[in-house]
Amino acid sequence: MGAITRTVANNFTTGGVILPAAINNASVASISALSQVSSGGAEVLIKTVTASSSANVSFVDGTSGVVLDNTYPVYKFEFINVHPADDRINFLMNMSADGGSNYNVTKTTNCSLTYHAETEFVSTQFEYRADLDLAQSTGEQNIGSGLGNGNDESLSGHMFLFNPSGTTHVKQFMVVTQMLEGQDMSFNSYVGGYANTTSAIDGVRFKMSSGNVDAGIIKLYGIKAS
Amino acid sequence: MGAITRGIAGNLTTGGVFIASAINNTSVGSVTSFASVPSGGSLKLLQTQNASSSATIDFTSNIDATYKSYMFRFYNIHLATDGAEFEFQADTGTNTNYNQTITSTYFLAEHTEASGGGAFSYQDSRDQAQGTAFQHLGVDLGTDADQGCSGFMQIFEPASTTFRKDFICQLQQAHQNDLSLVGYIAGYFNTTTAITRFRFKASSGNVDSGTIKLYGVS
Repeated sequence: MGAITRTVANNFTTGGVILPAAINNASVASISALSQVSSGGAEVLIKTVTASSSANVSFVDGTSGVVLDNTYPVYKFEFINVHPADDRINFLMNMSADGGSNYNVTKTTNCSLTYHAETEFVSTQFEYRADLDLAQSTGEQNIGSGLGNGNDESLSGHMFLFNPSGTTHVKQFMVVTQMLEGQDMSFNSYVGGYANTTSAIDGVRFKMSSGNVDAGIIKLYGIKAS
Repeated sequence: MGAITRGIAGNLTTGGVFIASAINNTSVGSVTSFASVPSGGSLKLLQTQNASSSATIDFTSNIDATYKSYMFRFYNIHLATDGAEFEFQADTGTNTNYNQTITSTYFLAEHTEASGGGAFSYQDSRDQAQGTAFQHLGVDLGTDADQGCSGFMQIFEPASTTFRKDFICQLQQAHQNDLSLVGYIAGYFNTTTAITRFRFKASSGNVDSGTIKLYGVS
């Protein structure tokens, strides 16, 4: 067997302690746990999707690194400057129970919103929106109504989805979004509801009511039970 | 080339495995990720400020493009003046005017300790339409020793030079008239200039005590 030469010595201090040059990301790629290290916060980033003229943004368990199963009891989606291609359209959400083949889970929901115009051309309102809620419907849930497509207009917010993999209870979700409505109004929406199924939810999809998701970031987090 | 001598042997077991003394924090200073280790929490604590009869509480660093959103958390904010309001504004660059243009909404739910009187209302006097005033967060706060307010505010992509800056707040409060009150505040800074700093203060008097923490959300 031929000799193998390694310049190990330079990677140690004179006292024999390993220097940074000796260990890089590849060196530790097989380490799966750091038992003496704090596990960090309870909210773990799972997946970031950056939209770019996207017909929709979907998160399906087991696809492209997405985890949406019983690993976490609660999941959170975060929306950061979601910008539509078309003007004054709605940002929509639906869920799948068949691995993303169909987004048509039955939902019963409620929707309240408050708005305030920059020029107060309409009076400020806080109202329940019966036209935006769902009653045992498989349709898309509106989570941002009348979003503008001006260069600086967008939607941000978050959605919690509770225990999507459960097979006993319906699946509760809560959404809060803040956006600039196409007529230059601050729109703040509160949407709650449940997917009325005891099947596991394994996919969530976001899209516009018309046109593409021109830009924006949607992040998926898992929230640990302990 | 001369020989390099290292005392490695003392840091190895007889089986050739490194013992703890062989690796310290410096050793792993070049490691930025463990590919097989689940990532840690998404909230990175950037700064903690404790109020102590403070006229203002300013966060003037750490707010940039490092994170896509930032979260302020308020813990038992206690004002010095009864009936004063807890409020905030932001500014750009190194400016200290704290007068960015805001369009916002404010609604609240309230319930008295004496029972009855539950209400839900929009607060016309506490929203803004292209205003540059400080945005109200806490409403007519009480100064009893056990009163205060706690909650959070999230600001989305403050460093963006494309979008205006959305914010969402929720604040549970002890009103001066012994009401439990929760405020839901949201809106946007109507600027495409990067926002770099925030100021929190009382509408009258000081912030007597309380803690504000700033987190980056990865």
